[in-house]
Amino acid sequence: MKLPGLSEFSWRDVATEARLLLIGIPVFLWTMIPIYHMFLFAISPKEDAFSGKLWPDHPTLHNFEIVFKQQHYFLRDFYAQFWNSLVIAAAVGVLTLVIATAAAFSISRLRVPGGRIVLNLALFTYFIPAAFLAVPMYRTMGNYGLLNNHWSLILAMVTIASPYAIWVLKQASDKLPVELDEAAVMDGATTLQIFRMVYLPLMMPSLVAIGTYAVLLAWNEYLYAFLLLSNDREITLPVALGNFLAADDSPWELLMTTGFIYALPPAAVYYAFRRYMVGGLTAGAVKS
Amino acid sequence: MAITLSGDQALAAPPLSSRLTPAQVWGIALLAPYLLVFLAFVVYPVCYGLWLARAPSNYVALYHDPIFARAAVNTLIFLVIGINIKMLIALVLSGFFAQQRTWIKWLSVIFILPWAVPSIPTILSVRFMFNPEWGVINHLIFSFTGDDGPNWLNDPTVALTMAIGVHIWKSLPFWTLILITGRLAIPHDLFEAAEVDGASWWQKFRFITWPSMQTLYITCTLLSMIWTLGDFNSVYLLTGGGPADLTHVLATLGIRYLRLDQLSLAMASIVCAMPFVLPLVYFMMKRLSR
Repeated sequence: MKLPGLSEFSWRDVATEARLLLIGIPVFLWTMIPIYHMFLFAISPKEDAFSGKLWPDHPTLHNFEIVFKQQHYFLRDFYAQFWNSLVIAAAVGVLTLVIATAAAFSISRLRVPGGRIVLNLALFTYFIPAAFLAVPMYRTMGNYGLLNNHWSLILAMVTIASPYAIWVLKQASDKLPVELDEAAVMDGATTLQIFRMVYLPLMMPSLVAIGTYAVLLAWNEYLYAFLLLSNDREITLPVALGNFLAADDSPWELLMTTGFIYALPPAAVYYAFRRYMVGGLTAGAVKS
Repeated sequence: MAITLSGDQALAAPPLSSRLTPAQVWGIALLAPYLLVFLAFVVYPVCYGLWLARAPSNYVALYHDPIFARAAVNTLIFLVIGINIKMLIALVLSGFFAQQRTWIKWLSVIFILPWAVPSIPTILSVRFMFNPEWGVINHLIFSFTGDDGPNWLNDPTVALTMAIGVHIWKSLPFWTLILITGRLAIPHDLFEAAEVDGASWWQKFRFITWPSMQTLYITCTLLSMIWTLGDFNSVYLLTGGGPADLTHVLATLGIRYLRLDQLSLAMASIVCAMPFVLPLVYFMMKRLSR
């Protein structure tokens, strides 16, 4: 009596599983093919790279060696460019955190007059499509005399990262109880002490999420970097990768190897901070 | 009484500095850095850009530039068709990823990759895959059929479709993630009750999932459209606007004019995109203020 029911049930299970796999396998292939293709190029010798095989006959790390020893015309400034990317991403992370934390504290905890309006104006930045803002931004940086200077890219990325950072941090700090501030004031704490000893420690998870977000945004940015920096030793890695395309005989396997090296840090950072990222960054989304 | 009192207070208000509490002074000081950034790098560029685009001759020049008309049409196709397809897929996939399975959890970790890694290496990887002479795709076509594969990126329709595909590849994980969060926020007992009443999956979607996710879905679609207007990478890195400048969108066209040192033309082309942007922003604001 019980057995047929059980087997019927498991048959339904198998059918559901099969239907899920019918979605899952294409999703997996769709996601992985461009990335795997890049990886394949990176570990293939030059003559194998175009063969269309799923795995090279003689996998090699030779391409990585060429990149790390800067043994190609296109790669002669690899370390300088890697360093530029790193410094700019770090600077954007720190500056965004400082500016956005201060602003969020001011709007949410100190309830500064007009704070709400500033936040709305800030969010309005996202209604200007990135490539549209880039055009006048380029000219503005020229007017400020910052073109070809790392500060131009840092400031541009801080401008783009800040509104979202302020918004997320404000949402998070609205959730902290007012009584905390009141108790601290009763104990004679100054505003600065509240900020340092009450606010910052409690906000740590959100601060990690926002810092990571800003660093990844700056590291991954192509368009602004491509417009604002042009000198070979001043550009960031993505701009250098784009410059490979200028030549007809560009060494694809080296381009893909460099691209792979460039893509690894953000992927690693993302996965390391995934717990913070998903919770911290999507928290506000559902409210709308 | 209260009104007169506050009126009197306003009349007798002391100068601004002594009216502010120390906390408010701190508040203004802490908000100031962001305000400076906002004024210097958003307000000033936007106003300056609009001022640059003021001459009517720019618009005449744009009108006579066939590339501009083509770019406007491409942008419209990109937004109306591309984004809606992307959001529909994201909606379906959010249901798929909301399933409680270990392998689906692992798949979702992999699925995020396109969004987590920078776009330039992966877009270039796709570009090489479809290279007519050395790309893997045409190599496979040749080894299976003995015929040469098509010259993919040399056909403007195919090239634009592929640019849309690349855009979807890159941003699908983000929107799926947002929609998953929305889906998980629906109280689970609603589905259990529907299950008891013998509702089909379509009825569950139609009467529970869709009503609770409708607002989020439409907000996401509008926001994605606004952001996609500024998507430079998908088109520029894949096709470079070619062949023969036929696959430009407004984002790449503005930058193209900029690179040709025609800044006022670049700004004018952006001003021409305002009829696309402003209605989207208007609907967006209306939705968010509710």
